[in-house]
Amino acid sequence: MRLDLLLRISSKIFLPFIILFAFYVQFHGDFGPGGGFQAGVIFAAGVILYTIIFGIKKAQKDFPETIFNYMISLGVLIFTVTGLISLSKGFNFLDYDALAHYPKHGQHIGIIAIELGVFVTVIGSMVSIFYAFVARGKK
Amino acid sequence: MNEHAPALVVMLPIIGAVLIMLIRHNNLNWGIALLSGISTIYYSIILYLNARSVGTISYAMGGWEPPVGIEYRIDEFNSLLIALIAIVSFLILVYAKSSLNIELKKNKISTFYSMYLLCLGGLIGILSTGDAFNAFVFLEISSLATYVIISMGNDRRGLLAAYQYLIIGTIGATLYVIGVGLIFIITGSLNLYDISLKLADIELYRPLLASLAFITVGIALKIALFPLHAWLPNAYAFAPSVGTAFLASTATKVAIYLLIKYLYLVYGFDLVYSNQIFIFVVLSLSIIAMFGASMIAIFQRNLKKLFAYSSVAQIGYITLGIGIANYSGLIGSTVHIINHSIIKAAIFLAIGCLVFSSKIVNIDQLAGLGKRMPMVAVCITVSSLSLIGVPGTVGFISKWYLVLGSLEQGLWIVVFALAVSSILALIYVGRIIELIWFHTPVGGMVSQNKIPFEMIAVTVLMTIATIYFGIDTRLTGDLAKIAVENVLLGEQL
Repeated sequence: MRLDLLLRISSKIFLPFIILFAFYVQFHGDFGPGGGFQAGVIFAAGVILYTIIFGIKKAQKDFPETIFNYMISLGVLIFTVTGLISLSKGFNFLDYDALAHYPKHGQHIGIIAIELGVFVTVIGSMVSIFYAFVARGKK
Repeated sequence: MNEHAPALVVMLPIIGAVLIMLIRHNNLNWGIALLSGISTIYYSIILYLNARSVGTISYAMGGWEPPVGIEYRIDEFNSLLIALIAIVSFLILVYAKSSLNIELKKNKISTFYSMYLLCLGGLIGILSTGDAFNAFVFLEISSLATYVIISMGNDRRGLLAAYQYLIIGTIGATLYVIGVGLIFIITGSLNLYDISLKLADIELYRPLLASLAFITVGIALKIALFPLHAWLPNAYAFAPSVGTAFLASTATKVAIYLLIKYLYLVYGFDLVYSNQIFIFVVLSLSIIAMFGASMIAIFQRNLKKLFAYSSVAQIGYITLGIGIANYSGLIGSTVHIINHSIIKAAIFLAIGCLVFSSKIVNIDQLAGLGKRMPMVAVCITVSSLSLIGVPGTVGFISKWYLVLGSLEQGLWIVVFALAVSSILALIYVGRIIELIWFHTPVGGMVSQNKIPFEMIAVTVLMTIATIYFGIDTRLTGDLAKIAVENVLLGEQL
């Protein structure tokens, strides 16, 4: 158990950077390559690395499974609510022009909002799938 | 909000699905599902009435004008099917609560409702979208939800059935996307209406035919057209009864609509039907489906599997009308999409009642059912008779139009095939009716659970519908006529 010292220490150093990079990809998504899906996968990869190094028990204590299960549907909700806000302002569904006074700002806000939805859902599904496989037969 | 109905009919079920997953409260879930079901019906009817009054409705998703953006294109044909699917699936939802309590583990019920609504949203999405790739996305949404629904039953064989369907369904979706990719290369557009305009100027050449072949085979896998039907019987047999009723009455019908849309509205009548081989393949596969699947159904012991094979046969009738490809034939197809949806919902809901009260799975357990549960027995009898096409039931109307269509086309062999396949249906249905009414109950088969009122009510309602629409065809036949006249054959007539 103690033999993995090197791995534990180095993964602890890496983890913050992985999460930070996920957020970079997330928020840079509307200017350059990236976006919610990629960011979500990177974030989930961080959680998966943590699980591999510290074991499923500790991981599920620090990142409870139920949170990820809820995140799957929460992301979709963020996405749809964005669309419904456009509807409520008399624009077509998912028309981001409705979200701000200037259409261009609206487009900006809209893309951030729905990418956030994608981000949340992707993290939720990736980690849920991983947990489902790893925790098999350990109940 | 009425002008946003095209987006709302798709979004309402999906929002319902998401809320159910977030709340996960067993009784509240049913309420949310019903609420989103009934609001979907409301907007689907508004959509239909709008389409009738103003013609085709085009809705630009996200405000991006077609053909660049995703367009939702609603006409009299697809809005009719949207309304049908919304109504049928709502009625099944009303029925669902008690049945699911018996057939599913407690912790799975929320997920079931959620997947049910997600599948419904996906199916309505396929119907309403006017974008080739968007249709693929909705195809995947509905299919993924379907896999989950199938795997949820208490029978562990459901897992295998779901896996089988997962593999086949994925292959189907892949073929469809390859076809869409070829079209995109040829025309540079993903908007179906735009594609149809551009294809009209393009001379027929091999990649175009290849895309037609890929799309047809891809969708045929979802339809479960005869040689590609292997996933269907197991999937229907081992899914929870509510899931079976839902899938049998909606999922395959939507895929058939997608096929019709591609053949008539995208590629166009002239391109597809100048191709003799295509007609020959569709007609012969349909006839083989009618015969082969009915034949297999005769030898089934499992009640749900029997009617699953009968579904494959009935799908043969629908594709037969597509192959006949004249006015009456197409009306036959369209009417049968509606009628078969009602019939199969009635039958599988009745079977759900049997599973609920006494865990009946095999047909020999039906012996003497007429004495023990007369109400359910009558429902099964009447709706099975509709399958054969007895005059006075909906099945007769569909077959009437199909026979009419094949006579007009001079396809005597098809008329003959229709008659013989009806006799085959008579054999497997006759076996069930004989067991129900003319056999004495086997000992130890006493009814255990009292069937709740709403389950019986929905089953009876569906059964009455199979008779009502068989006598009064104003709602089904005439609307199908309008759909075929105005949408599919608009330019030919």
